[in-house]
Amino acid sequence: MSLRIYAFAYLIFLYAPILLLPLFAFNDATVIAFPLSGFTTDWFARLAETRALHDAVRNSLFIAVMTALFSTILGVCAARAGAMSHFPGKRGIMGLIMIPLVLPEIIVAVALLVVMVQVLGLGLSNWTIIFAHTLICTPFSVAILNGAFQNLDPAMEEAALDLGETRWSAFRLVILPLVTPGIVSSLLISFTISLDEFIIAFFLTGANPTMPVYIWSLLRFPASVPVVMALGTILVALSVLLLTIAEIFRRRGLARAGVKDTGGFL
Amino acid sequence: MKHPEMARGALTADQKRSMALVAPPFLYAIALLAVPVGAILLFSFWTQDFMDVDTTFTLNNYREIADQPIYGALLGRSLWVALCVTAVTVITAFPVAYFISFHVRSERKSLWLFLITIPFWTSYLIRVFLWKVILGYNGVINSSLLQVGLIEEPLTFILYNVNAVVITLSHAFAPFAILPIYVALEKIDRSLLEAARDLGEGVIRTFTRVTLPLAMPGVVAAVLIVFIPVIGDYVTPELMGGAGGKLIANMIQTQFLALNNAPLGAALAIVAMAMVTAVALLFVFLNRRWLRGRE
Repeated sequence: MSLRIYAFAYLIFLYAPILLLPLFAFNDATVIAFPLSGFTTDWFARLAETRALHDAVRNSLFIAVMTALFSTILGVCAARAGAMSHFPGKRGIMGLIMIPLVLPEIIVAVALLVVMVQVLGLGLSNWTIIFAHTLICTPFSVAILNGAFQNLDPAMEEAALDLGETRWSAFRLVILPLVTPGIVSSLLISFTISLDEFIIAFFLTGANPTMPVYIWSLLRFPASVPVVMALGTILVALSVLLLTIAEIFRRRGLARAGVKDTGGFL
Repeated sequence: MKHPEMARGALTADQKRSMALVAPPFLYAIALLAVPVGAILLFSFWTQDFMDVDTTFTLNNYREIADQPIYGALLGRSLWVALCVTAVTVITAFPVAYFISFHVRSERKSLWLFLITIPFWTSYLIRVFLWKVILGYNGVINSSLLQVGLIEEPLTFILYNVNAVVITLSHAFAPFAILPIYVALEKIDRSLLEAARDLGEGVIRTFTRVTLPLAMPGVVAAVLIVFIPVIGDYVTPELMGGAGGKLIANMIQTQFLALNNAPLGAALAIVAMAMVTAVALLFVFLNRRWLRGRE
């Protein structure tokens, strides 16, 4: 019983910052502190007028979509290869692909900054961020897609091949539909990670800031903080929506593969 | 493990296909991870010469890190913060993972896990900033404690210092600790616990002698996945740490972006990485010995 109370208290601890967000987003004061003063939707109206924010959002969306596509493609390759057979060096190869999961992000950031600017002499652009985000999102894609691919019954593909399908058409007609929920889930998760990522983007951002980099610049000016709260409220609502969809697809995928659910995304 | 005997001889068709498939993500990781990390290692032995980089091999950057007390202090504080965050996160997360695994009905488990991961995916910057609102001088905690009359003056030891950094980072890394521990607990064969109880062990002895050792792989994974990345965060110390709570990642960021001294920044990054890796390996080693000692 006390364990249950503890677990609920822990949930409150986890949700405390998010629950405060809408309070201040609709609060009629520039100072982010209690007591609240009154209700307003001005901060949301301000969001609609800020051109710099729109540009930053557009950049971030482009980066997040590209990252989602690339990391899911790489994730499909790795997860499919990992499920198919044991090949020499598998542990090491998979280990290297998964390492960004535990690597401090600042290491990825400075390493890519050095290579892009000092070694290759290239400028920074949205593409440098896309490359970096693809690197850190791929392990998440692999983890999600592993669940989808490892639960496939190899007999289904064999049956398709025996019935005269080619390797590719068997993959497209038999395997792909079975792992589609995993793919959708992987796309959504890597999209969410990329959209929110700041530590790397701050190092690699070029002339055009991404949304988190823009938020960071706003946080330095107390007057613009309520606008950030409004933006944050929208972002939280959006990511809860995306994650719920991702979770539904992930569960549907597991159900389709006929296995018991063992846990979350990680 | 399907064809262990084939691994030694010629590759099967399936193995060849797998290797062709794994090549793109593998090469991507080589090109964007292994090569760049190699490049910063190389850079750390070079020096910044005004606008250019002097490529003569030298240990000057490492010598400077050893000689200037500021770097040692930042590294020491970062290690201390990382250890505190890891300890706080793993110890507070364990009961939650235990609760979900042992006390939640199986059809509700994924809902709990989902609820725990949601805050983790929502805007990191804004979450850190809101901790400032919670812990601040006029913040949620202080104003409610004042209201209730528990304190006379706002508490000041919870913002702009190392405590605030530890609290915020423990919040940020919570799901990373809960999930691996949960997975390990789920794998425990429940009949082992029954056996321990039948053989006369008490609740606590069953936990320390059966559950905890079997959950150790999850705890180790949780420790590693929290302890190592914490060193790379500069947002939380910047916003929450105040003057006395800055960490090594802030210094690395300053060297690269403000002082334009990439070689020194690279050397700091290498030293920080080496430090956490060494501590992590030591932990894994000690844990192995502890588990073996129990057998």
